[in-house]
Amino acid sequence: MRHLLGTKGLARDEALALLDIAEDMAAVQEREVKKLPTLRGKTVVNLFFEDSTRTRISFEAAAKRLSADVITFSAKGSSVSKGESLKDTSQTLQAMGADGVVIRHPASGAPQVLATSGWIDAGVVNAGDGTHEHPTQALLDAFTMRRRLHGAASRGRDLDGVRVVIVGDVLHSRVARSNVWLLETLGADVQLVAPPTLLPVETSSWPARVGYDLDAALADGPDVVMMLRVQAERMHAAFFPNSREYARRWGLDDARFDRLPATTMVMHPGPMNRGLEIAARAADSAQSTVREQVANGVSVRMAALYLLLSGDRGDA
Amino acid sequence: MVVRGATLPSGERADLLIAGAEILEVGRVTDASGATVIDADGLLALPGLVDLHTHLREPGFEQSETVLTGTRAAAAGGYTAVFPMANTFPVADTAGVVEQVASLGRDAGYATVQPIGAVTVGLAGERLAELGAMATSRANVRVFSDDGTCVSDPVLMRRALEYVKAFDGVIAQHAQDPRLTVGAQMNEGARSAELGLTGWPAVAEESIIARDVLLAEHVGSRLHVCHVSTAGSVEVIRWAKARGIPVTAEVTPHHLLLTEDLVATYDARYKVNPPLRRAEDVTALRAALADGTIDIVATDHAPHPVEAKECEWDAAANGMVGLESALSVVHQSMVETGLIGWEDVARVMSEAPARIGRLSGQGRALTAGSPAELTLYDPAARGPFDVDRLAGRSRNSPYLGLGLPGRVVATVHAGYPTRLDGAVRPADEVAALATRALEAARG
Repeated sequence: MRHLLGTKGLARDEALALLDIAEDMAAVQEREVKKLPTLRGKTVVNLFFEDSTRTRISFEAAAKRLSADVITFSAKGSSVSKGESLKDTSQTLQAMGADGVVIRHPASGAPQVLATSGWIDAGVVNAGDGTHEHPTQALLDAFTMRRRLHGAASRGRDLDGVRVVIVGDVLHSRVARSNVWLLETLGADVQLVAPPTLLPVETSSWPARVGYDLDAALADGPDVVMMLRVQAERMHAAFFPNSREYARRWGLDDARFDRLPATTMVMHPGPMNRGLEIAARAADSAQSTVREQVANGVSVRMAALYLLLSGDRGDA
Repeated sequence: MVVRGATLPSGERADLLIAGAEILEVGRVTDASGATVIDADGLLALPGLVDLHTHLREPGFEQSETVLTGTRAAAAGGYTAVFPMANTFPVADTAGVVEQVASLGRDAGYATVQPIGAVTVGLAGERLAELGAMATSRANVRVFSDDGTCVSDPVLMRRALEYVKAFDGVIAQHAQDPRLTVGAQMNEGARSAELGLTGWPAVAEESIIARDVLLAEHVGSRLHVCHVSTAGSVEVIRWAKARGIPVTAEVTPHHLLLTEDLVATYDARYKVNPPLRRAEDVTALRAALADGTIDIVATDHAPHPVEAKECEWDAAANGMVGLESALSVVHQSMVETGLIGWEDVARVMSEAPARIGRLSGQGRALTAGSPAELTLYDPAARGPFDVDRLAGRSRNSPYLGLGLPGRVVATVHAGYPTRLDGAVRPADEVAALATRALEAARG
């Protein structure tokens, strides 16, 4: 794997290989010494043009546990805020000998521009670009589902027939997009539920059913309910009237949670708005995978860095 | 000068005898002793192309283009007249600025430069600019536009449409509802949903056009619609024309050939406003140009320096250069597809734009007594469109590396060549010829 830019176009065997390597990485996390020497001497740069402490420290932990040297380049307080271009920044990293670049950027497509520009030789991992993709989040979500469903027998398994309902601001969500493409590749059945204003106007080609009614979607007893974070600024742009109405119609409140089968997983990419898209009871229940998602994030990111940076990188 | 054995748009073969700034004879020229002979065997002779929508960037943005470099690009593409838009710095909203731009064009000598004046002061959309002063200035402005932004206030648009009737002017509207396109990055639809780019919905263009044709009907004024890009806009304009509303419309070469699918590369060369649309829109635009619903092709030549395009999509500037490639793109999208013939090309790229812009001395059929404004085009030429085909200051062409048919061999403006044997003539030579032609015209 040369770069990890998105889950769209990621082949099934590539995705499964990454998830299986993540299982190995997870096994290492259970040891007393959590560190592998695999990427010793390699330099990984976390290039963050957008604040995201969670994702940044997850990648940082992943790189360090593989013994890579980690440099964090945060746009805040750096030359980027003085108007330095993506090109100049990446050429600086190239000159410093970066082997891998983990990039988070507010502009959709920025990681692809970085990977295809010829400015840099490093492998590029997309850590979230605009409203486009967040592939490691989708991979850690799939990893989490697989582990809950199959436990120790997860290796080699896909998500064939698993019914997933994704709820919330699909329009602005890179998590939703990456999940839709990856879940389709792994054989899951995906349903999107959102206010009509927070869905793209045209989704007929998406491998997912799309609806507005959360109760109807939950009535089928899905295997997974994934709640997306709602940004407060959306209601100011008239996407919905206010947070009370949003919570009433599209929030996983206690009543909706109680109607779910005890086997339904409740997922959230974090950080949660408790009381808005998800009530405390659902978030803190045994069905919630929120903390597992965080732990699994490190394993999946270790797997991604391992595939990109160890040994010969193919051109794929 | 004698052009020997050219093929006219009608398909007839003829020689053209040019003396001074005039075509003296079209047919079989036998007595041409002492004249320079251009062998035009196999070449198509078209009236010099006229671009009603060009950005020359001067004054203010000379790192992108100047009047000199932009008209050199025009000559390379077979153009003999361009209408530069008003979004310069300072904005072309006073007689002084439009006269300055016209004068720079005369000095350069590559093409007639007929400035477009701003509709509102500073393109701010608040107060009318001095439209009358620009009309009666030496620049003789007849086309007014806030291109780059839309005259979105309906009252201001109504007043502008009414006011320019006093001097037979026309408002060229950049139809884009600003509220519906806040932060817009590409056509809104399946592609924008997948790529996570903020959508520019077709309705933001169509609703403004619908409003403006009704305003034009109400006040009995001429309206010109810039860069029509959607199938829905075509339907609105078709309806307006059927109703007898005096509306004209343009389409850019890129909207006739390219689609939003190219945006998947996130290569900012494909970022343009209005954005590239769906294949269905391209088909509708071609049909509309063929049936006359759309009157003209205009390039929206929009030069930008490298750094404005070599960056992430959101940060990149809108626009692509188009003067050098326009004829080849129209050849490929309209002529090779059998939708129109070369007489239609002469109409939509020369005669009609000159008429809409009220520019005399341009856009005339190649007959005895016409001004010597023409282009010689080799329709059989093939090969990749590469960077040596560009003659302006900027390189932001979406066609680089693509195969486009045809090649402009020569361009004649005011009786002298601005391009010859497939190469633009040097600036000092052209400037000297322009001075001589001006002196001759004065007598």
